[in-house]
Amino acid sequence: MSSNKDIRVVVGMSGGVDSSVAALLLKEQGYDVVGIFMKNWDDTDENGVCTATDDYDDVVRVCNQLDIPYFAVNFEKQYWDKVFTYFLDEYKAGRTPNPDVMCNKEIKFKAFLEHATSLGADYLATGHYAQVRNTDGEYEMLRGVDDNKDQTYFLNQLTEDVLAKVMFPLGHMNKKEVREIAMEHDLVTATKKDSTGICFIGERNFKEFLSEYLPAQPGLMKTLTGVEKGKHDGLMYYTIGQRQGLGIGGSGDPWFVVGKNLEKNVLYVEQGFDNEKLYSDGLIASDVNWIKNLRENSITCTAKFRYRQKDSAVTVHKLDDNQVHVEFHEKQRAITPGQAVVFYDGEVCLGGGTIDEVIKDETYLDYVG
Amino acid sequence: MKDIYMDHAATTPMDKQVVSAMNPVFEDIFGNPSSVHSFGRKARKYLDEARRTMAKSIHANEKEIIITSGGTEADNLALIGTAIANKDRGRHIITTVQEHHATLHTAEHLEKQGFQVTYLPVDENGLISVDDLKNALTDETILVSIMYVNNETGMIQPIQEIGNLLKDYQKTYFHTDAVQAYGLLDIDVRENGIDMLTVSSHKINGPKGIGFLYAANDVKIDALQFGGEQERKRRPGTENVAGAVGFQKAVELVINNKTERNISYQGFKDQFISHLSNNGINFTINGDEKKAIASIVNVSFPGTNVESLLTNFDLDGIAASSGSACTAGSIEPSHVLSAMYGENDERTTNSIRFSFGIFNTTENIEEAAKRVVKIVKRLSA
Repeated sequence: MSSNKDIRVVVGMSGGVDSSVAALLLKEQGYDVVGIFMKNWDDTDENGVCTATDDYDDVVRVCNQLDIPYFAVNFEKQYWDKVFTYFLDEYKAGRTPNPDVMCNKEIKFKAFLEHATSLGADYLATGHYAQVRNTDGEYEMLRGVDDNKDQTYFLNQLTEDVLAKVMFPLGHMNKKEVREIAMEHDLVTATKKDSTGICFIGERNFKEFLSEYLPAQPGLMKTLTGVEKGKHDGLMYYTIGQRQGLGIGGSGDPWFVVGKNLEKNVLYVEQGFDNEKLYSDGLIASDVNWIKNLRENSITCTAKFRYRQKDSAVTVHKLDDNQVHVEFHEKQRAITPGQAVVFYDGEVCLGGGTIDEVIKDETYLDYVG
Repeated sequence: MKDIYMDHAATTPMDKQVVSAMNPVFEDIFGNPSSVHSFGRKARKYLDEARRTMAKSIHANEKEIIITSGGTEADNLALIGTAIANKDRGRHIITTVQEHHATLHTAEHLEKQGFQVTYLPVDENGLISVDDLKNALTDETILVSIMYVNNETGMIQPIQEIGNLLKDYQKTYFHTDAVQAYGLLDIDVRENGIDMLTVSSHKINGPKGIGFLYAANDVKIDALQFGGEQERKRRPGTENVAGAVGFQKAVELVINNKTERNISYQGFKDQFISHLSNNGINFTINGDEKKAIASIVNVSFPGTNVESLLTNFDLDGIAASSGSACTAGSIEPSHVLSAMYGENDERTTNSIRFSFGIFNTTENIEEAAKRVVKIVKRLSA
């Protein structure tokens, strides 16, 4: 029996409280822990200041507190090629991408896992709120115990092979406990604010950021019946179900984005939160990953269509190896192409895919985009 | 597993004799060298002796030694101090693309202040050309700053030729950052035509936090900080007496043992390289081996990358470096190797600098070479 000290665990450390505590717990369990900071984005500003430097500095401090070695690795090129290019392409196509899902798939649990393996690591650990269950060498991913923090939605593209090499030390904890442990150990990251939004955009204005990379093409806002309601700043700035920033005045219920027409550069809007144009009863998803190969041609399970949404009952029909038709048991609001649909059987995350088409009454809703 | 240090170009362990020289100063000599009482005079005596040793080591006069906090401060003072003091005579400065950032970033700062800076290129061997320098000199050139030995490749630059050339340019000062050269090469500032020269203590087994700038008597230089009369007003602030005494001891040791050190470090380098050659790994040496300083070798390992190499080395107890700057801990492609080979050459991202010194022994070099071979074989497989 090898003891934990002979098991090398590389911890992906961001400079935040979660990965700090993940490293701390592993160290307490006696593993040979190595902390590695990933630099995925060059955010050096005009003054030569780079926020990654501050985050790395926190990684250094925490690792010194824990007495573990620390290193950094640069995946800027891979991130640009695999995540950022996809991110821009999706916006160009009028969709709402999820770069975190792609980052987990291509960078954290692929390029970074390879790097960890090249360092002799037996496992890669991160501060994600998710759990790995090993039943006689069969690996499954379970939701994190903290309902509010569960991150399996973003991890839906992981495969069983990968899960066999992964540890999520925080999966059985809730955020409050994690903060408490960080405080008890006086970690410098104990009270650090959680990062919000997309990592490479950070606190910056999303519109400004996107306009640096994609030309904005302003156009008209119309109802689905063709009534002009105003002007939009560029289709990429809007997502299905969005209310803010439309600038449509007047009386009555608020207005919502219900769709886009890329060819005509028209943003479709309708009135009322519960407007029936926002609702659908099915979707087509592609790039579907089943964490454990799915034998059945169709299953009934639950699904999330957005992060932090409650699960809904669905029936999933396999179309081919990586495409599915998802039938909703109850109609759903604001299903958005480009976002992930993620499937669950109770606590087990089965996998997920990217929403491509939205269906209502057995017809594709072309107006959704 | 014992950790083996092969990064003496980054910093060196203090020699035991240096520690022994400093301890009595820490214990007994606390006076302020500027004070006019016995405590002050005692401290001043130690400082003066240290300064004399530093001056003699490069054939300079003791009044020409400005003690600083280290190499970076000395480079800053040399560039900014002379640029500001001589700006009425011209605003052109010449340096090279492969300088240490203490020089490069200072030159960039001066560009923002309205000075014009020419950055001389280097060839594939990491050497600058004296002809390029000749062509770059103008009537406006007030300063040429060219490092003696490059810190990443160990390449010795043609300092004597540059000095000879610049003897004909009365209005142009010649500064050289000799941080990697000092202690292994014979330096005579008069004979070499050097007007200013930077030395750092911790690179020669002395304490950290001290270095000096030699500035010839006739060099017009402005101070960058203001206060008392110390260092003849060119670098005010109460002196680091214990540091100066440690530095003095380190200087004495390198001056007395220069030949032995060259032989010993070159021996480690040759032993290390031949172990790599004999074990069938794929590697090349960056720069012209014949023109490299004994203590530094920069090796490219095709099919690998710096981050994996250095992390693996460290996890296996080998301390080496890429020699280049880091941002947020991650290693940027080396500006020196980029200058030699072009930005997209893979050698800029798969090269490691090994630098030898007093930590090393024939045994630990052999052991280090074995570990390096094992890692490189695994990573390039």
